[in-house]
Amino acid sequence: MWEFPLFPEQASTIAGGVDSLYLFLVGLTAFFSVLIFTVIFVFAIIYRRRSDDERPEAIEGSHALEIFWSVVPFVIVMVIFTWGASLYFRNARSPDDAMEVNVVGKQWMWKIQHPEGRREINELHVPIGRPVRLTMTSEDVIHSFYVPAFRIKMDVLPGRYTTAWFEATKAGEFHLFCAEYCGTEHSKMGGKVVVLDPPAYERWVGGEEQGESLADLGARRFIELRCENCHYPGAGERGPSLAGLFGRIVPLEGGGTVEADESYFRESVLNPRAKVVAGFQPVMPTFQGQISEEQLLELIAYVRSLKAPQGEGR
Amino acid sequence: MSARPGAVAHQFDDARQQREAAELGMWTFLLTELMLFGGFFVGYTAYRHAYPEAFIEGSSHLDVLMGGINTGVLIMSSLTMALAVREAQLGRRKGIIINLILTIVFGGVFLGIKAVEYSHKIHEHLVPGPNFVLDSPISNNVQLFFSFYFAMTGTHAFHMIIGIGLMIWLIFKARSGAFNGEYYAPVEMVGLYWHFVDIVWIFLYPLLYLLGRH
Amino acid sequence: MSALTGEDAPPQAPRQHYLNVTYGVRSWLLTLDHKRIGLLYLASITVFFLLGGMFAVMIRAELVTPAGDLLQAETYNKMFTMHGLVMVFFFLIPSIPAALGNFLIPLMIGARDLAFPRLNLLSWYVFIVGGLFTLFAVVQGGVDTGWTFYTPYSSTYSNSAVAATAVGVFITGFSSVLTGLNFIVTIHKMRAPGLTWFRLPLFVWAHYATSLIMVLGTPVLTAAVVLVALEHLLGIGIFDPKLGGDPVLFQHLFWFYSHPAVYIMILPSMGVVSEVISCFSRKRIFGYKVIAFSSLAIAVLGFLVWGHHMFVSGQSVYAGMIFSFLSFFVAIPSAIKVFNWTATLYKGSISYDTPMMYAMGFIGLFTIGGLTGLFLASLAVDVHVHDTYFVVAHFHYIMVGGALMGYMAAIHFWWPKISGRMYPEGWGRFSALVIFIGFNLTFFPQFILGYLGMPRRYHAYPDEFQVLNVMSTAGATILGVGYLIPLIYLIWSMRYGPRAGSNPWKAKGLEWETTSPPPTENFLTTPLVTEEAYAYAAPDVEEQEGARVG
Repeated sequence: MWEFPLFPEQASTIAGGVDSLYLFLVGLTAFFSVLIFTVIFVFAIIYRRRSDDERPEAIEGSHALEIFWSVVPFVIVMVIFTWGASLYFRNARSPDDAMEVNVVGKQWMWKIQHPEGRREINELHVPIGRPVRLTMTSEDVIHSFYVPAFRIKMDVLPGRYTTAWFEATKAGEFHLFCAEYCGTEHSKMGGKVVVLDPPAYERWVGGEEQGESLADLGARRFIELRCENCHYPGAGERGPSLAGLFGRIVPLEGGGTVEADESYFRESVLNPRAKVVAGFQPVMPTFQGQISEEQLLELIAYVRSLKAPQGEGR
Repeated sequence: MSARPGAVAHQFDDARQQREAAELGMWTFLLTELMLFGGFFVGYTAYRHAYPEAFIEGSSHLDVLMGGINTGVLIMSSLTMALAVREAQLGRRKGIIINLILTIVFGGVFLGIKAVEYSHKIHEHLVPGPNFVLDSPISNNVQLFFSFYFAMTGTHAFHMIIGIGLMIWLIFKARSGAFNGEYYAPVEMVGLYWHFVDIVWIFLYPLLYLLGRH
Repeated sequence: MSALTGEDAPPQAPRQHYLNVTYGVRSWLLTLDHKRIGLLYLASITVFFLLGGMFAVMIRAELVTPAGDLLQAETYNKMFTMHGLVMVFFFLIPSIPAALGNFLIPLMIGARDLAFPRLNLLSWYVFIVGGLFTLFAVVQGGVDTGWTFYTPYSSTYSNSAVAATAVGVFITGFSSVLTGLNFIVTIHKMRAPGLTWFRLPLFVWAHYATSLIMVLGTPVLTAAVVLVALEHLLGIGIFDPKLGGDPVLFQHLFWFYSHPAVYIMILPSMGVVSEVISCFSRKRIFGYKVIAFSSLAIAVLGFLVWGHHMFVSGQSVYAGMIFSFLSFFVAIPSAIKVFNWTATLYKGSISYDTPMMYAMGFIGLFTIGGLTGLFLASLAVDVHVHDTYFVVAHFHYIMVGGALMGYMAAIHFWWPKISGRMYPEGWGRFSALVIFIGFNLTFFPQFILGYLGMPRRYHAYPDEFQVLNVMSTAGATILGVGYLIPLIYLIWSMRYGPRAGSNPWKAKGLEWETTSPPPTENFLTTPLVTEEAYAYAAPDVEEQEGARVG
């Protein structure tokens, strides 16, 4: 119990980069703090008051010095900015071949869906060496998905999707925390990320609870909600076909375009008239209140799985 | 801000310093008011941008005519307020009182019309909250429009009520002969405040009632 | 006290001064004297400080063990919420400005009072009403949203007394606006003849910058908390995603005020440090104009960086980069101040009186607090440490190590002026040392905890964080004792301390040219200013010393 770490484990591809910048900043802080402390201490001793009649000469100030100690901090902070921002920028975009995992936060648990259909609560199993992209939303308040060993954190908001990604480099179990205060049991809203060797992960995924894949569940939901009545290839004016739509840029009625990503699908199901595809009428009813966050994510997984029909570009 | 009418309060050297201080104080106060309404305007703009159609639909539920009449009424009240300040500068007690009463009447008419509008909205179940009912596919977002409508016009109306209270106080002071050509800062300050409140409405009216309407 | 020894006759108190001119509760509760109003504030914020401190004790006691065993989770959440609310809105924001600024600004600029004395009294009453509302919320069962009131938790999900607390914060905001307004007008219009802008003490400059923030920022917070209260009571939907509202909009409105509010807390302390460093080195402050303008720069830049609280809130990558970029700029005026204070010591005549101990402590701790701010401004690192104990440690270095150290320096420095009596110097230095040690032991481990990944606002935590948490709690105990000592000896000194005389530190500045305690009208004749601030090298120090005895 009395283990006493001073530095968190590094278990993702980006952890090293973040730590280098951190250590640089620690060095910088130590340097300037020691400098200021020492100068104050030395001055306080050298120039201590020896008699009450002392009246030191006034020193106005010095333009040269002022410029010097404005420019030097400026250069230093610009270096830090560039370093921090470029790391952040690189880490912001997930690799294209990332494995998709859905995360739904709710007071006070994390619900996780794997593409193969396996579900977990407060645990996330992932393989080593494969990028994992998390698509996250919340059923209630704002949460924040935080894995210190991976150096990633992203708020999980109700009513919209946020994403984060990581690639684990080390097998083991790591803390998963909720970092945004979310109510009474905030501190219990966590669990662990279990990083497995690829073979172990395959065994785990194919394990006993294997159900339908997310896309299959979504396909069933698609029929239950009668989406297929209007959305099928060749439906004409009734509704746009969804095949091959995911990730494309779609022209909108009234001008403008939108990328057909998770957020757009979500909005189209819950608030269909907000952004209507060019050439169609705003006739789709809303499904607000009839579909849960998890079911929405299943639908999206299904739509994502629909490939464009051969030789057709619509 | 002075203890006795026309006198210079003990902390000031002379009447001029006192007047300048009051003026700067009032302008600073108006700056804070600007920031307050600014917060609302920013929120309004953000949501209007997110839900343009809902905001247009919401604004079509407002009564342009009543809003228009109110705009006219407020402009009139600004005029009478300006006249009241003018009369104060000339030291004409009666003129101050008549113009202030007129301003109060106009303000009262504005609030009356506003109250009628509010009661219509209550009647039509357009007040945000559990009783909000609107037969529209985007009723939720229209409700947001009404949240802003009530928050902004409510805050504005509240400012008007305070302004009317201040004018009643001024009338009592004027009756007791507190103001003369030398000392009329309170009338001027309340005047500034009243003009500010009017200007806020000049922004609110097109933003809430007119923009994008068909 | 060393300053008192010499051939001077023992100082006498003036026969009549602001404390004994009238007596009775009424004479205090209806006073229009800025000095008395300042003391009303001083007493009230001391009560709030003790209250906020009690909440902190509960928090640190709970965190001694990893399991949440001392308090229930709900209670713990209310403790940290109330700690934040009380300390920020009812102690730190009013601390130096409303108590000491109120007392000192008219004295420093040679005025008889603030421009609007009634408004000043009104602002104290507004403050008290706001405070009572918040206390009422505590009695109602407390509030558990965190001092940040993040929506939609606060607006839709929390069952605690959100509305009462929001109203309390709303009301207190007015007090802050009125104080700021009063200061701005006073500094513009009430300066004594000859007291040009660039002869003003830096304390006044700092308060001018602070007042700008109070006046410009507070109304936006007002709008935000009103909307939260309405949403909580009526469900109007502005922050409720189910109705299409955007909970993140609240964060924008909240931080637009609350980031500059950090500078409301720290700028006045910086002003204090400028005064104290200069006085106890007997030297003109190094780079006067640069320090003055850096205060304004901090106030202005402070309004442009709120988005750095939201790097992981889902805002766009580009917004994050812009806010990060701007945030780094705040570091520069802060660094300039630190360097100028340090340079002021060079070739000075430095004495180690209590205010100076606190001021030097301020520079050191503020340096650490400021530098750790760079970690949070740099995007990639912030993603990891955001909402962890690293942030908690950072802002306590600024707000306790900075603002509170400055406050303690100010209390000791001007205590002779306020009370007419000296505090016991030995005890003063001792407690300054205790506070410095206790503070570092409390908050330094939290930097490490934060980088290890311990999230803030956690009632229970994994076992491996225990050692550092125990260290932190031990430090907090020392810190708590450190704060109690001055409370005791300052009260003691009001009656038993030796008489101070008008200028026990041989300091420069108009406030030292009147008696201690000053008369109600501050100066018997309006002072005429003929020299710059901090003219310690001027030969007339001795003459003034002689003149004030009579």
